[in-house]
Amino acid sequence: MKKVFQLQDLDCANCAAKMERAVAKIDGVREVNVSFLAQRMSIDADEARFEAIMDQVVKTCKKVEPDCTIVR
Amino acid sequence: MKKTSLSRREQRTLIRILVSLALFLIVFLTDKIMPGGLGGVFDGAAAWVFPFCLYLIIYLLIGYDVLWRAVRNIAHGQVFDENFLMCVATLGAFALAIYRGTTGQEIEGFDEACAVLLFYQIGEFFQRYATGKSRKSIAALMDIRPDYAFVRRGSEVKKTDPAEVQVGELIVVGPGEKIPLDGIIVRGTSTLDTKALTGESLPRDVSEGDEVISGCVNLTSQIEVRTEKAFYDSTVSKILELVENAAEQKSKAENFITRFARYYTPAVCGIALLLAVVPGLITADWPTWIYRALSFLVVSCPCALVISIPLSFFAGIGAASRYGILVKGSNYLEKFNQANVFVFDKTGTLTRGNFAVTCVAPADRREEILRLAAIAEQGSSHPIARSIVACYGRPAEEGYLLTNIAGEGVRAERDGDVILCGNEKLMAQNGIDVVRETGIGTIIYVAHNGRFVGSLLIADELKPEAKEVIGALSGMNCKTVMLTGDNEAVAENVAGQLGVSEYRASLLPQDKVTQLEDLLARKQPSDAVCFVGDGINDAPVLMRSDIGIAMGGMGSDAAIEASDIVLMKDDLRGIPLAKRIAKKTMAIVRQNIVFSIAVKAAILILSAFGIANMWIAVFGDVGVAVLAILNAMRVNSRYKGAAEQETTTK
Repeated sequence: MKKVFQLQDLDCANCAAKMERAVAKIDGVREVNVSFLAQRMSIDADEARFEAIMDQVVKTCKKVEPDCTIVR
Repeated sequence: MKKTSLSRREQRTLIRILVSLALFLIVFLTDKIMPGGLGGVFDGAAAWVFPFCLYLIIYLLIGYDVLWRAVRNIAHGQVFDENFLMCVATLGAFALAIYRGTTGQEIEGFDEACAVLLFYQIGEFFQRYATGKSRKSIAALMDIRPDYAFVRRGSEVKKTDPAEVQVGELIVVGPGEKIPLDGIIVRGTSTLDTKALTGESLPRDVSEGDEVISGCVNLTSQIEVRTEKAFYDSTVSKILELVENAAEQKSKAENFITRFARYYTPAVCGIALLLAVVPGLITADWPTWIYRALSFLVVSCPCALVISIPLSFFAGIGAASRYGILVKGSNYLEKFNQANVFVFDKTGTLTRGNFAVTCVAPADRREEILRLAAIAEQGSSHPIARSIVACYGRPAEEGYLLTNIAGEGVRAERDGDVILCGNEKLMAQNGIDVVRETGIGTIIYVAHNGRFVGSLLIADELKPEAKEVIGALSGMNCKTVMLTGDNEAVAENVAGQLGVSEYRASLLPQDKVTQLEDLLARKQPSDAVCFVGDGINDAPVLMRSDIGIAMGGMGSDAAIEASDIVLMKDDLRGIPLAKRIAKKTMAIVRQNIVFSIAVKAAILILSAFGIANMWIAVFGDVGVAVLAILNAMRVNSRYKGAAEQETTTK
């Protein structure tokens, strides 16, 4: 299942790339794309575990870029 | 810079920067002007403490958030974090200055540490401002999203979410409102503003029975529309989806730069460490080499590199969308720049796809020929007859008895006045000598009272801009190929008129894919084959080509889905324009990559040899970023010739 999330206060382009790399490593995430300019993250992940994966994603992003919040 | 366009957060940052800058200048100038400097205020070994405290206050004022983020990110294991690197560099500079102070050397270096962070913040602020601005230009496109719909259910009109409106329901759109769903006008006449969708500034008149597209703004009066599509299938949803996903398809250039940044920062930091330790051990001149290493850390920040490339693409996509050209992603813009084979579908793309009178002979009797032909043809609904009536443009004289002679033409008679209008056979039957015409298309001869008057040539009309566009593409060293189902003679004629380099005639619809594959197989790896179609029945070809361009995307959601670039306006001039935008975008992308890396490399080398100081190093970070952003914004400049297109075409 693919879903797009709005990102708030994503301030630096390199952080977007870092978030993308970090999220891609999460188990169950098939594809992830963070667009700095559109302030969006699109995630393709295992549908059955989507919510659990998203929790993981939010946690990872908090670590990489604490200022940025994912609007769920 | 207008204050009103800044968010509260940005305003606060701006005030903080201005206050710090003012304080910094006061302290800095006092230090320079005062005899002996600020260090001379107090005597003794602790003389450095006074200037240190003043600068430290400013440093904390401007940099407290950077310090905080650095601490927090380090706790999260983010070693090569920009904030952290800046903090290490500036705090290191402070430490060196204190070292100098305590060892009784000249008191200096506090201003530098403070200034680096100040400039860093100014640069960051400008970066945020610039990206926010270009984001807004794209967001303007999002303005087309309708927030509500007024649905007529029975006698009442209810305000609802557009997504809840069913197909076939009646919606009421007042003046000044956006049309929320695609549909057909059942009541009312109005004028629509389609600018947000097509870049076309001329309003469009619509009346009952006309199709209206969601996203247009109703300008003059209230209309009632029967919806034809659900919200999620409506044009506006399709376009929004496309625009929102545009930034997702990353180009090779973007991937290159993010990958580069990934290794760049650790590499530069590693070199900085070596630079501090190795020569330090050899020469024992620790402060000098540590200072040079700290300059390295300032230059090692990756954001300047990473931001300018996607921003350039974003600006390119935004610029194109202003002219009603939707590009689905930066990778397509990148590829489109390489496109050098343009394959056109003839009918509906190069031609209007309808019949029109293209030639009247002899020309000096044009009016009379058309008048007579219109009288004869007014009763028929055949496309050819309709094109004659349309060409005449006025109501034809009535009162004639019209007799249709199957396979030959029409005979019109009133009080002994006889008009014959039809093919050569009809003329021969009535013993009339004609001046034979040999044009491509259908030839209609007109005779009045047994005397030949002239002839009309009716053909599928070429789009007025087609020739110009083919010429423009050839001028860009592109090959143009026309595909058509017409026979050889018609194809050759049209190809000749337009000046296309190749044509393939007598194709069945399914042959188009084969033809395209043939072209794809013959191309060089660096080439790209572009297919331009109207989106009707050519979705497979659009998908198979390197770049599929759909014309007149308004209303054809299948075309929007299958293609990579959509021309919202049915105007071929969008193609060379898009090519120019793509070319300019790619040029700027290349400039930015080369410029950023070259400047950074140069500053690194200079600081390693002690020629450049930390002031220059900070320019290497934020200065480069700002220049690259300004350069990226050039993509969005007006395109010559395109401005006229906005106003002259209807």
